[in-house]
Amino acid sequence: MSDLSYVRTEMLDEKDPPGGEAGIVTWIHKNLFPSIGSGILTVISIFLVYQLLAGILPWMFKSSWTASSLNECREAIHLAYGEGTEGACWSVINERYKQLLFGFYPSELYWRPILAFFLLFVAIAPVLFNKVPRKVLYFSAIYPFLAFWMVWGGSIWVPISAMLGLVVGYYASVILPAVIGSLGAIVAAMILPIVWWILLAGPVAGMLQGIVPISIESVGSDKLGGFTLSVLIGVVGIALSLPIGILLALGRQSPLFVVKIICVGFIEFIRGVPLITLLFVASTLLNYFMPPGTSFDLVLRVMIMVTLFASAYMAEVIRGGLAAIPKGQYEAADALGLDFWKATRLIIMPQALKISIPNIVSNFIGLFKDTTLVSIIGLLDPLGLTNAIRANQEWNGVVWELYAFVALLFFIVCFSMSRYSMYLERKLKTGH
Amino acid sequence: MAMADQAGNQPAFRLSMLIYDSRYRSLTIQAVALMLFMLAVAWLLSNAASNLAALGKPLGFGFLSQPAGYDINQRLIEYNNQMSHGRAALVGILNTLLVAVLGCITATAIGIIVGVLRLSSNWIISRLMTVYIETVRNVPVLLWIILTNALLIESLPKIASFRGKDPASDLILWDSVAVTNSGTFIPSPVFGGGSGIVIAMFVLSLIAIVFFGRWAKARQAATGAILPTFWIKLAIFIIPALLFFFIMGRPVTLEYPEMARFRFEGGYVIRNSLISLWLALSLYTGAFIAEAVRAGIQAVSQGQSEAAFALGLRPNKTMSLIVLPQALRVIIPPLISQYLNLTKNSSLAIAVGYMDVTGTLGGITLNQTGREMESLMILMACYLSISITVSVFMNWYNESIKMKER
Amino acid sequence: MKKTIIFGAMAVAGMAAVSASAATLDDVKAKGELACGVNTGVVGFAAPDASGKWVGFDVDVCRAVAAAVLGDSNAVKYVPLTSKNRFTALASGEIDMLARNTTWTFSRDVDLKFTFVGVNYYDGQAFMVPKALGVTSAKELDGATVCIQTGTTTELNLADFFRSNGMSYEPVPLDTNAENQKNYLAGACDVYTTDASALASSRATFENPDDHVILPEIVSKEPLGPLVRHGDNQWGDIVRWTLNALIAAEELGVTSANLAEMSNGTNSPEINRLLGTEGSLGEMLGLSADWAKNALAVSGNYGEIFETHIGESTAIGLARGLNAQWINGGLIYSPPFR
Repeated sequence: MSDLSYVRTEMLDEKDPPGGEAGIVTWIHKNLFPSIGSGILTVISIFLVYQLLAGILPWMFKSSWTASSLNECREAIHLAYGEGTEGACWSVINERYKQLLFGFYPSELYWRPILAFFLLFVAIAPVLFNKVPRKVLYFSAIYPFLAFWMVWGGSIWVPISAMLGLVVGYYASVILPAVIGSLGAIVAAMILPIVWWILLAGPVAGMLQGIVPISIESVGSDKLGGFTLSVLIGVVGIALSLPIGILLALGRQSPLFVVKIICVGFIEFIRGVPLITLLFVASTLLNYFMPPGTSFDLVLRVMIMVTLFASAYMAEVIRGGLAAIPKGQYEAADALGLDFWKATRLIIMPQALKISIPNIVSNFIGLFKDTTLVSIIGLLDPLGLTNAIRANQEWNGVVWELYAFVALLFFIVCFSMSRYSMYLERKLKTGH
Repeated sequence: MAMADQAGNQPAFRLSMLIYDSRYRSLTIQAVALMLFMLAVAWLLSNAASNLAALGKPLGFGFLSQPAGYDINQRLIEYNNQMSHGRAALVGILNTLLVAVLGCITATAIGIIVGVLRLSSNWIISRLMTVYIETVRNVPVLLWIILTNALLIESLPKIASFRGKDPASDLILWDSVAVTNSGTFIPSPVFGGGSGIVIAMFVLSLIAIVFFGRWAKARQAATGAILPTFWIKLAIFIIPALLFFFIMGRPVTLEYPEMARFRFEGGYVIRNSLISLWLALSLYTGAFIAEAVRAGIQAVSQGQSEAAFALGLRPNKTMSLIVLPQALRVIIPPLISQYLNLTKNSSLAIAVGYMDVTGTLGGITLNQTGREMESLMILMACYLSISITVSVFMNWYNESIKMKER
Repeated sequence: MKKTIIFGAMAVAGMAAVSASAATLDDVKAKGELACGVNTGVVGFAAPDASGKWVGFDVDVCRAVAAAVLGDSNAVKYVPLTSKNRFTALASGEIDMLARNTTWTFSRDVDLKFTFVGVNYYDGQAFMVPKALGVTSAKELDGATVCIQTGTTTELNLADFFRSNGMSYEPVPLDTNAENQKNYLAGACDVYTTDASALASSRATFENPDDHVILPEIVSKEPLGPLVRHGDNQWGDIVRWTLNALIAAEELGVTSANLAEMSNGTNSPEINRLLGTEGSLGEMLGLSADWAKNALAVSGNYGEIFETHIGESTAIGLARGLNAQWINGGLIYSPPFR
């Protein structure tokens, strides 16, 4: 019987499309000159692109890479390409790229920020990729303290004892509910770490350092600069703003009037003023709000203000995530008898955060780009460094090369992140 | 609140009920939160007060009435260096509003055009728009502002080239506009006697246009006949005013920029700092708006345009009559936040020397008086009120165009 | 429970309020480094070089003070500051001294409560114009577009100058020297005004320096010098006398070349007192006896520092002018070391 099938068992090969539908000419006709108006636009754009490239490319390639000053650059270019040629002086990048990337970080310790940067990817891997074993999350939890230690150096016991604060908070939230009830436990879990950090963390770290001295060379904040500083401010801002943003978003939805007002007021205030005014506050006012005599350095103050800034935006992102969760999830959690914090921690937040990831990434891109504003208050990020570099006799007058390099740095990082965020969005999209 | 009424039936109140009784618990939490918040605020304020007292700078706004002592080049109201810091701040606020309004308008135009073109079937156009959007969005706006400024300064002719017997550069538009790298000089109108009537006529024709538009819409709804409204409106806009302009003997004349010793005198000048900031903010925000527009258009279901095509509408009409109006509902909310971003980003004006409120109040005034606390408080209050006003207005608009669901 | 929380919060507030306001000298010694506020970048005065080391005329003052106090000229934490936050940084104790070409004015001294310890550069505001413009005097600048550096006394001087001469002008206020230079060179403004030293140093780096002239009028007095907070006289004395040591050393002929030799003792009692082989000046300051020797060992005396960074042998090529020693007709003058 099987021999007598009337149905074809194999597919025929695909045939080429008819002549009028394929080939380069058709493609050009369809995509470049489908109509007269469109054709004109095509011609104009090709012309514009040509003009642009004709202006930039010769400048880019008729360049000098090895001169040690702008004047030498000009001479070298004139020598090589004829008198009057305007060419790029990439020598300045060649000489200063390390400074633009690492600021004033001691060059023999460059491996530390680099290592911290790569470990960052390990730390966020479990968030970004589903296939990574969940255990890596423990590393993610340790990472901020590790990165702090890598970048700033000093005694290892300082970050460890700071981390112990979180451990204290965690155990308070696990053990205490049985003793003093869940609300008390939550309050204790918030208060105890703060008490630990303020009262005990310092002495404990000092004591441990006395017993088992493990430390690496410490590097002061004044050595931070360049792209490292941008990344640092961006990452610290986003990482710290995540927990604060979650609390603010929850507070904003809270039925408790006072809590809600405080959260809404904070969020709307921060979102209503430009970042630069907050940075002015960091640079000129923040020390006034501290007890007389205390002062901490500008990098730290900027990080505080950037964190506050990012938290408000993060809160809005997470609020969006919370709003996207079906009401049934809340009801199901209630039906299981979970209290508010348990429901939030186990049911709501994991889903809300997952939905929010693309927005968190684009939030991060925005924040990362905004870190260039710190150049206005005198921190030497890549943009601030362009100014400092031009304050050298040799490079006074260099404009485009430095800006082009900084723009390229930011473009590469931000573009790849935005591509990733789009990929995530597609992956997370469950509708059709 | 309803729970509080029942409290009477319950056993006597005990202190522990503040925590364990769910009726009181929320009140307790709120009271504690409020107290903590106020404690924190009080702590910060007392620190600030004692620090400022130690520096001999008690909080006070008297400095606002002292003479500023510095000059501002781009201004909408009369100002000179003998006027007060307060006046300088006002000039700055108006400058902020000016660049924000100009920027929002052009950014919207750019955004819509680019957003639509990005979905164009023309391969090269859509690719170019993608390149534009991605390049602009992934480089910091501060860098764009600086780059735009540098580009304008380097590429436009300098004023000196307009000078001399045989100038290297010429004024454009019939010798009326001079585009230079320190600013663009344009003619200013001079209102002579009888110009009031021309202006009144102008206003009247604007009103007429509104009424005509309504009438035409009603007529179209009633009869289905479509008038060439655009051309008629244009005629109403131009003809009467022009007619009276000549009848009254050309009362409005233009004052052309004239080359003086150093620069053009007469007419208006739009400083390069304003142009570069305006351009950079428009291009930057325009890219974000373009993305919002694209998302909005793609959110309109394919069936809508197919139905429009089935009705025989041409692609342009389909876009402007069917797709864009529906897309608008999706576009407006991100548009609001982009407008707010643009306004806030305009504070980067100091990078190119445009004297907005951050440049005057938060810049030179702050520097010269040393009143950081007061200056920054006013500065933040300015931005906050602008932001709140914009978002309230735009939210009202958003409500008004929302699909009326029944 | 409520009580506990409040007490907790109060404890937190109370603990954080612990202030550390020891004398600046002890502070610096305890930290092991001198926090010195410098400019974010001005040619010749302060700029990071390729290896990230700060160099310049102002920077050397920081280094000399660090050497005098700590014996190590590299024990300096440079804090780049803008014109906006330089005074708050000093007032709040973020930096121990400010050496950021800051003009000594009445209000900064009295109202902002800072002590200017001396003058390391006598400057004045001047104008630079392209030669092609044919201007020979600042009085001919009526109607010009003027690039100015904001955040300084410059914009006020400029407004005063034009007002008192009954002239009008268009200001183009820009934040940094680099931006101003770019605008000026491109012809976006006719005139560039700032301190004469900065004008000269900018001009030196132009592609064609001869196409630009600095007009003869100096419209303001700009005595630039390092400053410290009011209220810590010992620290003020240290910075003041370190600067004076650099100046006196030039007058007395102590250079980096003969420093080692002279510090073994000379016939001049003043040199001996300065270098600590006689008397106990260092002790009076609360420093070691060889404090001035350490300061001078960094980059020589005032004259040598001037020559290295901004003098006629450098591309900036500033003449000593007002900044010559008083014996040479300048204003640089150190009180006696006695």
